[in-house]
Amino acid sequence: MSMEPTTPASGQPAEKKRRKSIREISPIDVYKLLPKTNCRECRESNCMAFSTRLVNGEVVLVDCPPILTEEYREAHAQLIELLAPPVRAVTFGSGPGAVTIGGKYVLQRHEFTYHNPSPIAIDVHDLMPEQELLDRAKTIGEFSYNYIGRILSLNAIAIRCSSKDAETFRDAVKKVVTASQLPLILCAHDPHVMEAGLSACRERTPLIYAATEANWKQMAELALQYRCPLVVSAPADMNLLRSLTKTLFEYGVEDLVLDPGTFGEEGLAATIANFTGLRTEACRNFDELSGFPLLGISMTVWTGSEISEDVLKWKEAITASMLLSRYADMLIMHSMDGWVLLPQMIWRFNIYTDPRKPVSVEPGLRTFGKPDRNSPVLVTTNYALTFFTVESDLKAANLDSYLIIVDTGGLSVESAVAGRYFNADSIAKGLAECNVASMVNHKTLIIPGLAARLSGDAEEATGWKILVGPKDSSSLAQFFRNRWSSSS
Amino acid sequence: MADSKRNRMDGEMILSLPPQILELLKGVQQVELKNFSMEIGDLELLIPTSTAPSLHPPAAHAQKIKPVTLFTEHFTRTPVTFPAKIREVTLGATRAEGGSRSRTVTIGGATSPAFSDFFAPPVHPPAIALDVFDMEVQLPKVLKDNVREVMNDPAEWARMNVKKFGADIVTVHLTSTDPLFRNTTPAEACKTVDAVLQAVDVPLIIGGCGDPRKDAAVFSEIAAMAEGERLLLNSVTLEMAEAKTLEKVAVAARVNGHVLLGFTGLELNSAKELNRRLYEYLPPEQIVMDLTTVALGYGLEYSFSIHERARYAALMGDTELQHPVISASTNAWGAREAWMQMAPEYGSRELRGPIWETINALTLFLAGIDIYMMMHPAAVLTLRELVGRLNDTRPVRPEEVHDWVSVRI
Repeated sequence: MSMEPTTPASGQPAEKKRRKSIREISPIDVYKLLPKTNCRECRESNCMAFSTRLVNGEVVLVDCPPILTEEYREAHAQLIELLAPPVRAVTFGSGPGAVTIGGKYVLQRHEFTYHNPSPIAIDVHDLMPEQELLDRAKTIGEFSYNYIGRILSLNAIAIRCSSKDAETFRDAVKKVVTASQLPLILCAHDPHVMEAGLSACRERTPLIYAATEANWKQMAELALQYRCPLVVSAPADMNLLRSLTKTLFEYGVEDLVLDPGTFGEEGLAATIANFTGLRTEACRNFDELSGFPLLGISMTVWTGSEISEDVLKWKEAITASMLLSRYADMLIMHSMDGWVLLPQMIWRFNIYTDPRKPVSVEPGLRTFGKPDRNSPVLVTTNYALTFFTVESDLKAANLDSYLIIVDTGGLSVESAVAGRYFNADSIAKGLAECNVASMVNHKTLIIPGLAARLSGDAEEATGWKILVGPKDSSSLAQFFRNRWSSSS
Repeated sequence: MADSKRNRMDGEMILSLPPQILELLKGVQQVELKNFSMEIGDLELLIPTSTAPSLHPPAAHAQKIKPVTLFTEHFTRTPVTFPAKIREVTLGATRAEGGSRSRTVTIGGATSPAFSDFFAPPVHPPAIALDVFDMEVQLPKVLKDNVREVMNDPAEWARMNVKKFGADIVTVHLTSTDPLFRNTTPAEACKTVDAVLQAVDVPLIIGGCGDPRKDAAVFSEIAAMAEGERLLLNSVTLEMAEAKTLEKVAVAARVNGHVLLGFTGLELNSAKELNRRLYEYLPPEQIVMDLTTVALGYGLEYSFSIHERARYAALMGDTELQHPVISASTNAWGAREAWMQMAPEYGSRELRGPIWETINALTLFLAGIDIYMMMHPAAVLTLRELVGRLNDTRPVRPEEVHDWVSVRI
């Protein structure tokens, strides 16, 4: 059976050379083009090992210094051609805060992995009172969330021209430049206004929003002159979007970002279909004019007739999350409410993790801090995210402790209790295998609150006193303050 | 977070100019246009200016011919057909069909991955099942507030789910049968299910306690008691096969005309193995799969990818995966971000909780879920609205395009 669904032969322009998908490229294809000197400058044991990691997306070509030299110029060019992602990677912003969007190899994340997590930009506009503008710019930079030990944050500021006045826009851009180091997106349809804005942030390499049917030539000139990437905007008009993309590319603007339009209301089906259509053509059929990063603008929901702020925020939250799942390589949002942003930031982090990474961690004993013979002993399951969560909470709470990881086949506590993977026997087995009894002077085991119903059986099976911990490990610090000293 | 190295690589991508222009400009410093004619007509030459400093050495073909009018291009989606489809499964049976429901729910039938083809919306819209429990369970406050007055009466609770919240299906969780809780008997469980069957006329899902022996005993008695109702028994597992109780439940389902939900933990080979076992006892049209739904922030991405993989493999011809799938969106409430009081900048849990369940459901909606098990009314309402909206394949009208750039908000 073929690996791909059937597409009629006529669907492909005959002259188009079909490229290889990243999954079809073998390490041998890459190895043939490498220097084959096994010089180990890449820190791999040999060129073959490097090529294997290269096709797995674990290293990049510039990790091989010799290939960058004149001697290998032709091989280098061939490798770039061979390994280029079907969705171009586009960078804006300057310095360490610069962000790269796109660079996608596959349609579905399980086929390989998604690269370049979609930055989330928040809007400001040029008619905001100065203090409000500065405060908002500052808040955007400061908003963050500690998710299993990783700091999630917002990534860019979209400055909109509400005034339609070049000087007003220039002033607003100047203010934001001094208030924030985040990468900028300048949003205006009038090229004169855009030029004023660009002149105020020349060093910051902003993303220009946007080239349209009306202004594409002037915007293209600005993009070339200021060496900035350019958004192509044709909401709900896929033919125009493609016409503009082709024209701008031929004009010499290569770093393009596509805005096929975001409609959170009646046009939601069309929106999802357009994003999906573009990404499918790029990744499955290697269509070059579809192979640019896609911009989702969930803040468009704020332009409708709805007036309730909570309803608008709700709509923005669901639109943004669907766009993240369906190929938006960047988002522009308006709402700054934590309940709107948190699910986006977490979901973005999640879908950009490597799907080849196992769901489970190795069972066994972990120690936190410097546990001694009086330190508490906890037990949990070997589901990766359960472990990372407990790990992050124990670290955050500075608790010297022992943690026993029981093999539950990678199931979380709740599922593993329901499925009987986490039961009195498996707890007893974990406890015995870790030999933790020889490390402490007590016989008290803390089990997760979600496994409370196992306490009786577990006490019997282990001979240890069972202490039922909190349902959520975020309360471990409090739990120890209240319960541990008194019970040990 | 951006991988700057990767970008350096991509930055070196070779520009693919139309070959004839490349050829034309090879090694040429000046271009004279008199020796050829072009259909497009409107071309102008870029005279390179020195205003922008170049980071790269000028390439031989730097002099590009800039178009002065728009090219006309058409975006076409390459039609894609899949060789197989998802089986259709019907839950509930009317009097004429041997049950007592006034409506039935048919799910499945997909011929392409969800929303991959604008012009092939789902054959059957996904159905929404709302939960009731047969004993007091710990629920987040935000959920409890909506159902507090019916929580001690599964029949009333079911009625409220249908009348007030528009449930297509009601799930009766027989939590009290758990040997580690109240260990109530199969007979008591039958009474509860019977009361709910009397109270509402929609199809039912019957949830067990997870113990492979107890569930088998409970499901078998309920299957006989509610003969012909086409209940969905939630769930059967490989642990039942190990405990040698699977056959009993599967035979009871076949004999009495019910549907089984096969539950496996994020592992497609297990899902296939369980289905193979079940094929020995009943037709595949009586099997739905639960591939496990994890909460947003606790591994939803695993659920998302396993559903994308399963659906794709099924449509490509893997018969052991061609079953409709269910998702417990309520699992979203296990995430601390859904129920916990947090610092003010993260918003109130009254909104954070429901949006968590909603986004959990919508994310898997995009991966092709056929039945949702849900709880919060706002999540239900949103999903219901979006099911309708995503079936609306009408193109966007120009007047629906608003200018977000200059809007004053």
